Amino acid sequence: MTQSSMSFVRDKMLTQQKPPVSEVGAVRWVRENLFSSPLNGFLTLISLYVVYWIIASSLPWFLNGVWTANSLGECRQIIEANAGPGAEGACWAILRERWHQFLFGFYPMDAYWRPVLAFGLMLMALAPALYYGLRRVNMLMLGTVSVLTLLGMLGVGTDGFHLLLSVVVFAALFAVAALMPKKLLWLTLVYPLVGFYLLWGGSVWGPVGVAIGFGLLVVVWNKLQSRLGAVVAGGIAVAVALIWWLQVQPMVTTPLAHMMPIRLMSVDSDQFGGFLLSFVIGVTAVSASLPMGLLLALGRRSDMVFIKSVSVVFIEFIRGVPLITMLFTASLLLNYFLPPRSNFDLILRVIILVTFFAAAYIAEVIRGGLAALPKGQSEAADALGLDYWQAQRFIILPQALKISIPGIVSSFIGLFKDTTLVALVGLADPLQGITKMVRADINWKGVYWEPLLFVGVIFFIFCFGMSRYSMYLERKLKTDHR
Amino acid sequence: MNTPAIDRSKMTVSDEVAIQVTNMNKWYGQFHVLRDIDMTVNRGERIVICGPSGSGKSTLIRCINRLEEHQQGQIIVDGTELTSDLKNIDKVRSEVGMVFQHFNLFPHLTIMENLTLAPIWVRKTPKKEAEETAMYFLEKVKIPEQAQKYPGQLSGGQQQRVAIARSLCMKPRIMLFDEPTSALDPEMIKEVLDTMIELAEEGMTMLCVTHEMGFAQAVANRVIFMDQGQIVEQNEPKEFFNNPQSDRTKLFLSQILGH
Repeated sequence: MTQSSMSFVRDKMLTQQKPPVSEVGAVRWVRENLFSSPLNGFLTLISLYVVYWIIASSLPWFLNGVWTANSLGECRQIIEANAGPGAEGACWAILRERWHQFLFGFYPMDAYWRPVLAFGLMLMALAPALYYGLRRVNMLMLGTVSVLTLLGMLGVGTDGFHLLLSVVVFAALFAVAALMPKKLLWLTLVYPLVGFYLLWGGSVWGPVGVAIGFGLLVVVWNKLQSRLGAVVAGGIAVAVALIWWLQVQPMVTTPLAHMMPIRLMSVDSDQFGGFLLSFVIGVTAVSASLPMGLLLALGRRSDMVFIKSVSVVFIEFIRGVPLITMLFTASLLLNYFLPPRSNFDLILRVIILVTFFAAAYIAEVIRGGLAALPKGQSEAADALGLDYWQAQRFIILPQALKISIPGIVSSFIGLFKDTTLVALVGLADPLQGITKMVRADINWKGVYWEPLLFVGVIFFIFCFGMSRYSMYLERKLKTDHR
Repeated sequence: MNTPAIDRSKMTVSDEVAIQVTNMNKWYGQFHVLRDIDMTVNRGERIVICGPSGSGKSTLIRCINRLEEHQQGQIIVDGTELTSDLKNIDKVRSEVGMVFQHFNLFPHLTIMENLTLAPIWVRKTPKKEAEETAMYFLEKVKIPEQAQKYPGQLSGGQQQRVAIARSLCMKPRIMLFDEPTSALDPEMIKEVLDTMIELAEEGMTMLCVTHEMGFAQAVANRVIFMDQGQIVEQNEPKEFFNNPQSDRTKLFLSQILGH
């Protein structure tokens, strides 16, 4: 082809050739990511040195770790004997001796199986809600959790009767999961009462009475709703349930408790501690704050002035106050506002205020999701004749919640970690309360990193799990632009 | 537009009044957006509403199913007056279908779910029956094979046809179209207009806000021209296009037909 000619005809097609070595595989990756310019190369070298320095200074500490010893002094002796004088090492023996306090606080030792069982059942109750209708996932979850829970119960020591009972319950749940997976949601519904009974103990008839009250509420509402409308029927249903709980229930359950004394040893709230406490507060507050935040978000966007202003005042007030203030309110002030002689459990008070706190934040996250929806969506729902609640339930909330998932899960993770703040009102959280108490032991005085690492790792596992679940959910619900 | 094969046998206007608007006024804050609107629509009429942007034509038809609230005057749809009474509003909305410029399909639901949601929850139709109706209308708009897809997987023209089918599933007696082709590519405009023509051939009462003058000439029995929130001129399409009376109409027609 000459330089100036305009016409050109190719007479031989070129075959594919391999790219140069510097453009493929590991070499290319290193070139592009680590040494793409002199500055980047320099930074890479510095980073490598920092990584080396961290590993070099902490690895011996981990490697020299001692698992069997009765005190910090003994730990140090063993480490010196093994690694020479002046060597440092981790004293994991403290965890070996005190792990149960990190997990259960001061819960009675012979009843450790109850929190273990409650935790296992909680995971099982979460599965149908988190993986709704996915039969195989639910069966897998249930099977794995059953086995682990039973092993855990064996590990902490359980009497034969309750172990057998648990096996039977697990088998029944597994059968339900296999045959009618959607019915498993019932477990999710009754779990709060089961969990309460397992953890706090007492007579079984108390929780049963509460459950009957909720049953009455639902039945009355269902019967009246079509005739009287949702609001009036709801009011009557709540009234009926309240009459049952306050007036009738004690008259029924007290004799029943005498006739059929099915009960577990009662455990007081001040015996709760460690991760048991974190989970009780965290899980309850998380599950209660989502519906509450939802209603607040809808309320804030409502046209009705009263509902709107109540929501706005609630959200802004709660968000404007630090959580610690709220916790102090829970522990000190709330008692002044409650009727005299009503002895409100401290954990319950803390749960209520933590729930309010989380609900206010979640309401704002969801409001962001609601605001992101085009106006046409609610107009289309209106034009089709859907009423407000139908439009919210089928059209608006599914889309708004999907947008808000990352924000909601962030709030949940923050809330779960914030449960450690209850140390400030004298509850034994795993990070401060238990760690401080364990260090106060003359044998373990001076232990610093080990308990913190242990608690940190457990928190990380659960928070990371939540984060991964939210990513799974986002992928699963992605239907718009495929 | 060359659509010679329009079947006019069922395109008849009856004496029965479908929509009666009397002395209706509406304001957005201080802005008087609709002024003294008087309009009677008989059953079977196919009305095209046109006018410059901001003339209030969309607002007018959005008042008819009360997506917008009017402050003065009276709107009676199928014998039900629109007031702040929610029951009346819901009744009117379930009788009046609406198609939007931006389709407004529900992106998180499949096409089938988009079509059956309102019949199941508003009309209380059994699910199976609702799905059969939905398939019937999907075949009518010629996209039955898309039933299990999501709106995001369809082209604009297909989405708008689904939106029409979604309204039809409620078996409405009146259809409102709010610039149904304005967001579409030229190629897709035709498939949507064809669907609307078919609907007209079946005798549906239709109010269309549109700038498709070919459609107006072929299908409409009346054209309404609006400007500054008022009805400036209305007439049969032939008269309206060939012999416009007011200067404003002449100017508007010269601008949209002149290029």
